[in-house]
Amino acid sequence: MADPAPAMRRVHNDFQKKNGSTMSLELKNISKVVGGENHIHDLSLRLEPGSFNVLLGRTLAGKTTLLRLMAGLERPTGGQLLDRDRDITGVSVRKRNVAMVYQQFINYPAMTVYQNIASPLKLAGVPRKEVDRRVRATAEMMRMSHLLDRRPGELSGGQQQRTAMARALVREADLLLLDEPLVNLDYKLREGLREELRDILRDRDCIVVYATTEPQEALVLGGSVAVLHEGGLIQHGPTHAVYRNPRNIEVARIFNDPPMNLAEGRVIDGEVRIGEHRGIPVPSHLSELAPGKYIFGLRPHHLSPANDSGDRLPIDGHCELTEITGSLSFTHVNDGETSWVAQIPGVFSADVGERLKVYADPSQLFAFSSTGGLACAPRNGDTARGAG
Amino acid sequence: MERTRNERAWLLVLPVMIVVAFSAIIPLMTVVNYSVQDILDPYTRFFVGTEWFRDILRDDSLHAALGRQLVFSFTVLLIQIPLGIAIALCMPTRGIWVAITLVALALPLLVPWNVVGTIWQLFARQDIGLLGVTINAMGIDYNYTGSRMGAWLTVVAMDVWHWTSLVVLLCYSGLRAIPDAYYQAARIDGASRWAVFRHVQLPRLTGVLTIAVLLRFMDSFMIYAEPFVLTGGGPGSSTTFLSQYLATMAIGQFDVGRAAAFSLIYFLIILALSWVFYTIITRSQKG
Amino acid sequence: MARIEFSSLAHSYADAPAADQDYALKRLDHCWDDGGAYALLGPSGCGKTTLLNITSGLLAPSEGRVLFDGRDVTRLQPQERNIAQVFQFPVIYDTMTVYENLAFPLRNRKAPAEHIRKRVQAVAEMLELSQLLPRRARHLGAHEKQLISMGRGLVREDVSAVLFDEPLTVIDPHMKWVLRRKLREIHAEFGHTLIYVTHDQTEALTFADQVVVMDDGRVLQTGSPQDLFERPKHTFVGYFIGSPGMNVLPCRIDGERALLGDAVLPVPAVLVHRAAQRSGALELGIRPELIDITPGTGPGSLPASLERVDDMGNYQLLQVRIGDHRLAVTAPEQFAGRPGDPLHLQFQEAAALLYRDGQLVE
Repeated sequence: MADPAPAMRRVHNDFQKKNGSTMSLELKNISKVVGGENHIHDLSLRLEPGSFNVLLGRTLAGKTTLLRLMAGLERPTGGQLLDRDRDITGVSVRKRNVAMVYQQFINYPAMTVYQNIASPLKLAGVPRKEVDRRVRATAEMMRMSHLLDRRPGELSGGQQQRTAMARALVREADLLLLDEPLVNLDYKLREGLREELRDILRDRDCIVVYATTEPQEALVLGGSVAVLHEGGLIQHGPTHAVYRNPRNIEVARIFNDPPMNLAEGRVIDGEVRIGEHRGIPVPSHLSELAPGKYIFGLRPHHLSPANDSGDRLPIDGHCELTEITGSLSFTHVNDGETSWVAQIPGVFSADVGERLKVYADPSQLFAFSSTGGLACAPRNGDTARGAG
Repeated sequence: MERTRNERAWLLVLPVMIVVAFSAIIPLMTVVNYSVQDILDPYTRFFVGTEWFRDILRDDSLHAALGRQLVFSFTVLLIQIPLGIAIALCMPTRGIWVAITLVALALPLLVPWNVVGTIWQLFARQDIGLLGVTINAMGIDYNYTGSRMGAWLTVVAMDVWHWTSLVVLLCYSGLRAIPDAYYQAARIDGASRWAVFRHVQLPRLTGVLTIAVLLRFMDSFMIYAEPFVLTGGGPGSSTTFLSQYLATMAIGQFDVGRAAAFSLIYFLIILALSWVFYTIITRSQKG
Repeated sequence: MARIEFSSLAHSYADAPAADQDYALKRLDHCWDDGGAYALLGPSGCGKTTLLNITSGLLAPSEGRVLFDGRDVTRLQPQERNIAQVFQFPVIYDTMTVYENLAFPLRNRKAPAEHIRKRVQAVAEMLELSQLLPRRARHLGAHEKQLISMGRGLVREDVSAVLFDEPLTVIDPHMKWVLRRKLREIHAEFGHTLIYVTHDQTEALTFADQVVVMDDGRVLQTGSPQDLFERPKHTFVGYFIGSPGMNVLPCRIDGERALLGDAVLPVPAVLVHRAAQRSGALELGIRPELIDITPGTGPGSLPASLERVDDMGNYQLLQVRIGDHRLAVTAPEQFAGRPGDPLHLQFQEAAALLYRDGQLVE
């Protein structure tokens, strides 16, 4: 793969010189009720100038509604939107300098790619020479200079979405909203475009909000993450910090793919016991836990079929299923109470029903209180590395 | 920025409000005004309260007209809706025939109401009309000016000819909106043609059918020009519908007060029946 | 159940196909064994859905034959083939309850009521839909609707094969795990031939015993997930399978050695010899997962410099440079290098592959 970075940087600097946007967006106790249903519930969130934010949540968590509220396409039922200290709650979307990219590839079918990208500038009455310069710079950044004369109908899905994104980027909006822009693309295209987008979006000085359902996407994109669940904000912070310290079980559930293993257990007599399994001495990062019941969480790649260091927590059960991808094996082990998933490098075959022991790395255990709040997270020195 | 109260918005809405006022509200209030007065001449009028309304509700010939009107509206609905769906199902989905059939179907919709009446008046004549002559040649005694049944059937046939296309076009657009996967899944599930219709197509047509039923009901309930031209309401009063009755009352007899009271009741009946239809259909949709 | 065979099959959507590129599906011979779990993997427009629709009978191929257990079914309709298919978007019958939805294919085939009841209950139990049986199907969530679509496919005992056309597209990531697992269990329990079309390698690889990788109307490789990962026969397969895909870099041969820039590659001499006998562009293929970072220089280690580190949560993705070439390398979670650091890389045994014009040198 060629390195697009230098070209991109150059274009960015160019943009930055011109655009000195310092918009910050604050949502204060925003709620949105539609037909008696709470779509967004008492949500407060502050987005710093130039920040890159991922909005992570499942389908129907309220991501799209929140984006529409931020854009001004919808008015909140309660609460305020502030730009720095200016109330912009009732300001129409046309006056807000907002750009939005949707799941569907939305372009003007009768226009060429060039005209599509130029359209927002033309509407804004930008001089023709300036339009030409910015369209070509943006097209280069999106690596579609060679497609400028085509019409959207002649492009592949990926190229159509690039066009839609270029149209959003060319405007130099204060607020750029992306609603699962890659979800309708092929997995492999998604993988490439995701990394490109990360580099393009991260350096922009507008506020970027990127909605997705996929934990992996959030991790690749970095920045900050706001985790949305049933219309409420449940955690907001640097993406990798949230990943390593999920505030509660719900965040851990939403922000893990493959899903985190969760099982009930106890801290008792200086031991950690999970389910009916043999206890092990309390690992150092859990030493401050008071004795009692907890829900323990463990990421699948911290379960291994071998007891390498000898101090691992054995989980024995029977194999329910193995999924082998060639580079990884996902082995599902049921211990009678919980179905554990172990992510094992390489090919690990086991027959369904076979008795199997997998070993949990105790230093990687998360402990959640019985009400779901995070009690302890593994210390990896990662918090220092943070969002990296 | 504080939330600005922008009074200019009212200015923008004003034209619409004026138009609505002149086209709907003022005439309606005039009618309400007339309905409670007895107007002998432009300078002599008495307030009569609800007398006209009571009068109307006791009027036997009006009851008869209302009955005819209901039977007529339900008859055309019962014919046009199933017929419209059936034709829509038979229509081609691709190729040149799509455009041809669509244009052919749209033609009756473009013909003015009174012209429709005139066309059928000629078409159904037993001496020179194609339809009238053909039917009589088959040995059936058909004369729409003489027989009540003949007149009635002709009016219904005329309305069906004129308006079924509307139902067809609505259903056709509804059918085109069903994704292919539904048909493919049904084929794979081994569904019969009827099952596909019953479980795939019909449930997805309820939206357009609601509109079709409401439009056709309201329109047919207000039918005036076609039967007026075709039969003049006869023979006797067998095809005198509510509108015609009203027109006779207001213009023919210049019974303005009674006519106004009748208009209001007429309006309320249409409103109530449309509401009933709408609720029934949307309820059944929600299941 | 049946063994499904394609004999010189090809399909074009054009009326009079002439050139090769007119064909959405280029001539192929293929066989789905009875009771196998297969995946058809490829990018959009590679012909995978065309092949699936030919299998189910929704599409008649322009050339060649489709055989079920040796019987020619090329021109038979889907309902005559006893095939079930699950589509990208859940197809349910809105007006029916979940029970009626599941019973629909059996009722259409006039099965006795008792048999229907038994089958529906068995399938509902399997799919954990028993609680929902009396509910109206239209008010359910996307994954439940997709389960019903699957259930309608499974309720017929006699189906030859169940085909899935990207069935998890509209499903949330955490539910994908649940449904994928259900699919595997279904396969274990009912033993149908299952054919699963997708562009998502994780779905394809975790689901199938045999994966067919397609591109541009051609089958590039058929093999187990392990084969496809370890020995991709084509550079496209190497790129398409794996996340990130295989590193593919131009290299050269000097005598008995294969060189990447100035560095000698750990490739057996016999392979180098074979590669030297063929012509065409020579490339090295190496999986990011099969490159180890070693503490110091040793035999076979390649000096490199670290350019970029991305924390992917479960692992770190490194961009490293060897001479003029950039490679992706995966490193464990705890890896603590910084851009600019010098590194030593070691290719795992038999991990470095040579390609001539995109084809694996074996």
